[in-house]
Amino acid sequence: MDIGKRIGSWPLLRQLTGRDLLGRGEAVQSPRSRDLTPRTVDADDVVSSVCPFCAVGCAQKVFVKDGQVTQIEGDPASPISRGRLCPKGSASKQLVTSPSRVTTVRYRRPHATEWEDLDLDTAMDMIADRVIKTRKEFWEWEADGNRTRRTLGIASLGGATLDNEENYLMKKLYTAMGAIQIENQARI
Amino acid sequence: MAEAHPVGFQWVMEAKKRGATVIHVDPRFTRTSAVADVHVPIRAGSDIAFLGALVNHVLSNDLDFREYVVAYTNAANVITESYEDTEDLDGLFSGFDPETGIYDPVTWRYDPPEEMNAEERERAGELEQEERESTAGDHQQSHQAARSESHGSGGAPVSWKGRRDETLQHPRCVFQILKRHFARYTPEMVEEVCGIKPDQFREVAEALTSNSGRDRTTAFCYAVGWAHHSVGAQMIRTASILQLLLGNIGRPGGGIMALRGHASIQGSTDIPTLFNILPGYLPMPHADQHASLDEWVRGDEGKAGFWGNVRSYAVSLLKAYWGDAATADNDFCYDYLPRVTGDHSTYTTVKGMIEGSCKGYFLVGENPAVGSANGKMQRLGMANLDWLVVRDLQMIESATFWKDGPEIETGELVTEDIGTEVFFLPAASHVEKAGSFTQTQRMLQWRDKAVDPPGDCRSELDFYYELGQRIRDKLAGSTDEMDRPLLDLAWDYPAHDGEVDGQAVLREINGTGPDGAALSAYTELKPDGSTSCGCWIYCGVYADEVNQARRRKPHWEQDHVASEWGWVWPANRRILYNRASAAPDGTPWSERKKYVWWDAEQGKWVGSDVPDFVADRAPDHVPEDGAKGPDAIGGQDPFVMQTDGKAWLFAPLGLADGPMPAHYEPPESPVHNPLYGQQNNPARRKLDHPSNPINPSWSEVFPYVFTTYRLTEHHTAGAMSRTLPYLTELQPEPFCEVSPRLAAERGLEHGGWATIVTARTAIEARVLVTERLRSLRLGEQFVEQVGLPYHWGGNGISRGDSANDLVNVTMDPNVYIQDKVGTCDIRPGRRPRGRDLTAYVEDYRRRAGVDMEHPEEGGAE
Repeated sequence: MDIGKRIGSWPLLRQLTGRDLLGRGEAVQSPRSRDLTPRTVDADDVVSSVCPFCAVGCAQKVFVKDGQVTQIEGDPASPISRGRLCPKGSASKQLVTSPSRVTTVRYRRPHATEWEDLDLDTAMDMIADRVIKTRKEFWEWEADGNRTRRTLGIASLGGATLDNEENYLMKKLYTAMGAIQIENQARI
Repeated sequence: MAEAHPVGFQWVMEAKKRGATVIHVDPRFTRTSAVADVHVPIRAGSDIAFLGALVNHVLSNDLDFREYVVAYTNAANVITESYEDTEDLDGLFSGFDPETGIYDPVTWRYDPPEEMNAEERERAGELEQEERESTAGDHQQSHQAARSESHGSGGAPVSWKGRRDETLQHPRCVFQILKRHFARYTPEMVEEVCGIKPDQFREVAEALTSNSGRDRTTAFCYAVGWAHHSVGAQMIRTASILQLLLGNIGRPGGGIMALRGHASIQGSTDIPTLFNILPGYLPMPHADQHASLDEWVRGDEGKAGFWGNVRSYAVSLLKAYWGDAATADNDFCYDYLPRVTGDHSTYTTVKGMIEGSCKGYFLVGENPAVGSANGKMQRLGMANLDWLVVRDLQMIESATFWKDGPEIETGELVTEDIGTEVFFLPAASHVEKAGSFTQTQRMLQWRDKAVDPPGDCRSELDFYYELGQRIRDKLAGSTDEMDRPLLDLAWDYPAHDGEVDGQAVLREINGTGPDGAALSAYTELKPDGSTSCGCWIYCGVYADEVNQARRRKPHWEQDHVASEWGWVWPANRRILYNRASAAPDGTPWSERKKYVWWDAEQGKWVGSDVPDFVADRAPDHVPEDGAKGPDAIGGQDPFVMQTDGKAWLFAPLGLADGPMPAHYEPPESPVHNPLYGQQNNPARRKLDHPSNPINPSWSEVFPYVFTTYRLTEHHTAGAMSRTLPYLTELQPEPFCEVSPRLAAERGLEHGGWATIVTARTAIEARVLVTERLRSLRLGEQFVEQVGLPYHWGGNGISRGDSANDLVNVTMDPNVYIQDKVGTCDIRPGRRPRGRDLTAYVEDYRRRAGVDMEHPEEGGAE
């Protein structure tokens, strides 16, 4: 680099001679900071979503690159949130990319002191068997002379964090099973 | 609201900028109080006394919106002569049975109309018979609470519109009963019960009443600060009465807004994973009363209003569940529905687990070991299961209780003795699946899928579909009658790349007509099996074969109602009961508050929202005798889901603990109820178990009040926040908030440790000495409150004791929700460890005289 260019790139000189008199913009930029771009710019895809925390329902934009979530921001178009997110909503990229998320099935045998691994297909099959067995064992056709057609052997808790479609399938399947002790956070 | 619903709070600030007065009533000073015009510190659990005094202020100073009240509420209805009030019975209403702790509401009903038609005369005869049986002590569960929540979108069906005195002078009319009932709720009483000074009370009353009427409206926002009490439903009722008297319901800028706490907790109530209702608030059939489809719908069928078409909604649901198998000949498979016989709510179910009657449990995105009251009961229940399936993003406390729960530390549970088989199945996050949430204003918003779920993570949609398939495959060929509902289930959903198509499920929820095309409104549903609909109030969300919940027209391209963003049930209507935004004659109450009005030229209701009324029903319309369902709605009956078309100041049916609210103390309280001899809600639902002992009221051993709440930076039971570095850095550990006076009294040091103890257990937390919590002066008595954020547990990045382990299970009798206010002691220093902890708590129970023979009573009566 010639000497003239080096002196010309001196931030103080740029501040005094350029437009950035307060030294808060271009005068203090290095080539690296000048060339930085937001990670949202080169996203392959921007997907419309909704914050998963409270029930205000703030709209989110999910930025995706190479099949990974790179950023989650508020969507300014929403008449509810106008682009804003609270601390929790702003942290939702960490929620979905958290290194402590469990991504494999874990299994604890009765009386065991530790977890074991289990493949998903086997786990699904074992759960289906447990449902069938408990349902039969605790089946009740009537109570106090009235028809009940149910089982009190199986219960479920959860739904308030899930989609409407998921709640729908849950209630439909449980009802067909005869399981009635189906509850969620709305009771708590 | 600024703490727990921060982004929603921007609209409160917008209103403030435009001149609104913001009043914040809360035991603690929060980020909301910091920007409010007035902060009113209140003793936790005393809200009915405060709101009741506002009702009294309105009534005794003639400040009600009389034209609205007379036309749109049941103020003019005359109540039966046998009704007796809390004024007559020292805190009880008529119909209470002290043996069962249950009210029979037979004496609370409307007097019959002066001129009865044949049907009404027949009904009058039946009611007389019921009353005779009732006074003979022959109670029928049929009147009772099991159904109250199923009226989530309307009141219980009454027999008739009843006799009305629109001068409001009849001594037995609702208006006069209210006046007498609330007369003792004075500003001086508010000071004694709530710790609020009369001057401040008057300031609130003045602001509220001067901002209500033709030209102005006032809104109430609440959250579980009202819901989490053994009188929770009645706290909200008191606000409803107040808002109706002031004419603030069904009008822009008015209303009572429930700020719900989870992304789709509204959706999971509408399309319920709840024991007592089916989609669209249809009641779960009761074994005693609903042996057939006809009996199931009888309560509402044909009655005035949109519930009158209940058979269409019910049959369409059965068609959605069982498809071609559901025919007119088999009552549309009605018999496939399991029946309830009483309370099967979560706390009662957990007691069943401890006692061995419930052996299999699914936990789906919920962490009861931290998030439910009395965590020990939750863990004892789970430790006695055959199998437990936990589906979550992170390894939550409810999945690991068997190896590191608090009872393992104390030796109350031993890992090797716990026979529960635990499956942890990782779940997909909100960006790894497509689906809809229903937010707190009933708005459905669709999320597109951004990325595939990692590893074994799956959506609940895939999990339940797959589980259903496997069960059905294993049972295929079974001739056992108990398996028919599973084998005949309509369980065929298209999949893309191995994932169930959520839009196909939403379309089933929306419903289809005889030609298989998506329906556009629930008014198209039929009772003959020709239509299918998974949730009648959601009908229209897939109108024109378009996912209406996915609409995203920016707000700057729409008016302030923004009706093209998402879809709001019912019928994309943003404000419910908006017929009330116009005067009885159909004209707007005022230009300033114009919203929906009658356009005589066009012969229909018009305005900025979808009118909540029969579109072409003129304001002067009087239904013909014998009209049924929507045809029976009069032109001046805005409350179209009520069988009488009126909003209820007095509930003649449907509530388990009285037709009007009355202040009762929380089950644990240092205060003698100054209003009545009756200390606690007499109908409160107690849970009788040795792990749920109640502190005696007025105990010197447990002299302080505690209550729990959220922090902005954490989310409920913590799985979605204690695991994230950003949020953990902002709120790194559990703490308790105490006033300087309490800190001095107990020697608590700011930043040091404290142990908080109840008859259930003791926990420890860091001490925050702050004037955010005030010492309240109630007459001669000081009441100190300990504030406890409840987000923590043993797992995650930020760990600590769970405040919910301190909370007892005593429930509201309408909705079976726990009371989060209790009494405690607080001492400096950390809690004892291991077995010493159980001994420490045992010593407290002994000194307080907790009666372990009747642990649920608390010794207040």
